[in-house]
Amino acid sequence: MYEFNYQKVESVSAAVAALKNADDGKFLAGGQTMLPTMKHRLASPSDVIDLSGIAELKGIKASADTVTIGAMTTHAEVAASPEVQKAIPALAGLAGNIGDPAVRNRGTLGGSIANNDPAADYPAAVIALGATVKTDRREIAGDDFFTGMFETALEEDEIIVSVSFPVPRAAAYMKFENPASRYAIVGVFVAETSDGIRIGVTGATPCAHRGLRLEAALAGKLDSAALDSVELPVDKMNSDIHASAEYRAHLVKVMAKRAVDACN
Amino acid sequence: MAADKQSVNMTVNGKPVSGEVESRTLLVHFLRENLRLTGTHVGCDTSQCGACVVLVNGKSVKSCTMLAVQADGAELVTIEGLANGSELHPMQQAFMDNHGLQCGFCTPGMIMSALDIVNRNGNDLDEATVRKELEGNICRCTGYHNIVKAVQAGAKAMGGGS
Ligand SMILES: Cc1cc2nc3c(=O)[nH]c(=O)nc-3n(C[C@H](O)[C@H](O)[C@H](O)COP(=O)(O)OP(=O)(O)OC[C@H]3O[C@@H](n4cnc5c(N)ncnc54)[C@H](O)[C@@H]3O)c2cc1C
Ligand code: FES
Ligand code: FES
Repeated sequence: MYEFNYQKVESVSAAVAALKNADDGKFLAGGQTMLPTMKHRLASPSDVIDLSGIAELKGIKASADTVTIGAMTTHAEVAASPEVQKAIPALAGLAGNIGDPAVRNRGTLGGSIANNDPAADYPAAVIALGATVKTDRREIAGDDFFTGMFETALEEDEIIVSVSFPVPRAAAYMKFENPASRYAIVGVFVAETSDGIRIGVTGATPCAHRGLRLEAALAGKLDSAALDSVELPVDKMNSDIHASAEYRAHLVKVMAKRAVDACN
Repeated sequence: MAADKQSVNMTVNGKPVSGEVESRTLLVHFLRENLRLTGTHVGCDTSQCGACVVLVNGKSVKSCTMLAVQADGAELVTIEGLANGSELHPMQQAFMDNHGLQCGFCTPGMIMSALDIVNRNGNDLDEATVRKELEGNICRCTGYHNIVKAVQAGAKAMGGGS
């Protein structure tokens, strides 16, 4: 790992100011992606600004129709939260299945979606549930947040403060996981929301996306047989040592069907 | 760039320690090189093997994936903090009794993860729970079978059962 300047800040405004003053600064959340990347010298920020001391980025608030989770809330905290388990059990289950216990004890919601790994779990939930990402300066709709592989709508110095998830009538997440890392080879999140049935797909393509073809085939009904005839574009799928594009296209349908069945 | 030095203070195995570290010093290197607590191992550079697991404020953490400065003010427990003199901790004893190790490289991380599993899931653990919870700890030797048995037995012994 190359040298860098480290500072820990206590407020969102101090974090943004520290980043603006740095040559090439980066925020540090749980470090579960950033530190391995820096060890491999794939990233070498001049300044690392630790967000762990900012109280307003932590915690979970639930109302009758929304669950709001602070960006620095760990995967383990989301998984163990009675509020999340009650309101959106599929989201608690998703968080409890990220990586392994030690990764979940450090890794955060904000870090996961800011990083937007093509195989990350949370993006599927943010898209399917129609969540809103609140930053230090604006609100970004979940549908507009993930813009490309490892790319998001965030500006360089923008901080995610929290994510608000509308409570769905029913929801389920199914992931076909990489047995070594637990990342999603394919993950499909299905939610029956006030806005109809919405589907978020991760792992399959370079960036998590809305499963519009799958949604259209369901036509508002949670009936998995309706997905049998869907044709998914194989040429848009990722292909790597873990799974070919054809296999991923197949898995999207299988995981979608399982998630639809689990909603019922 | 001039090395950016930071001073850190933490409690390790019940004793206050302090030191000067570079910002980039990983917690595992602080433990092994500054404190000479070499029971915590490094088995990979991808944060996947779990040989480096320690407890930070009571929770399992991969010490290769945390900066030493991030542990400033924290309470840590490493494998060296478990035995009481020559009397092994019940989880260590269970690994010995159940042949839960061969080369032993993964064992400190396995045992520290096992303590976190007991903290969260209690003393009566079924096999499926232990296997799922040990997903972040890799062993190249044992085939896991006896590790799972050891964790179950150690958990029971920690609760006073045998
Ligand atoms: C062994 C292993 C297995 C894993 N398995 C999975 C898995 O199964 N599924 C999965 O989804 N993930 C998995 N992960 C990734 C894990 O979930 C990470 O915790 C997550 O991707 C990054 O979160 P973090 O808090 O650690 O962020 P960091 O690594 O600290 O930061 C990641 C990026 O986000 C930026 N950032 C962080 N917080 C904010 C914020 N509030 N505002 C703006 N930018 C911010 C940082 O600047 C950095 O660029 C795994 C990781 C490991 C090491
Ligand atoms: S050395 Fe920390 S996970 Fe492998
Ligand atoms: S006993 Fe050798 S790696 Fe586990």
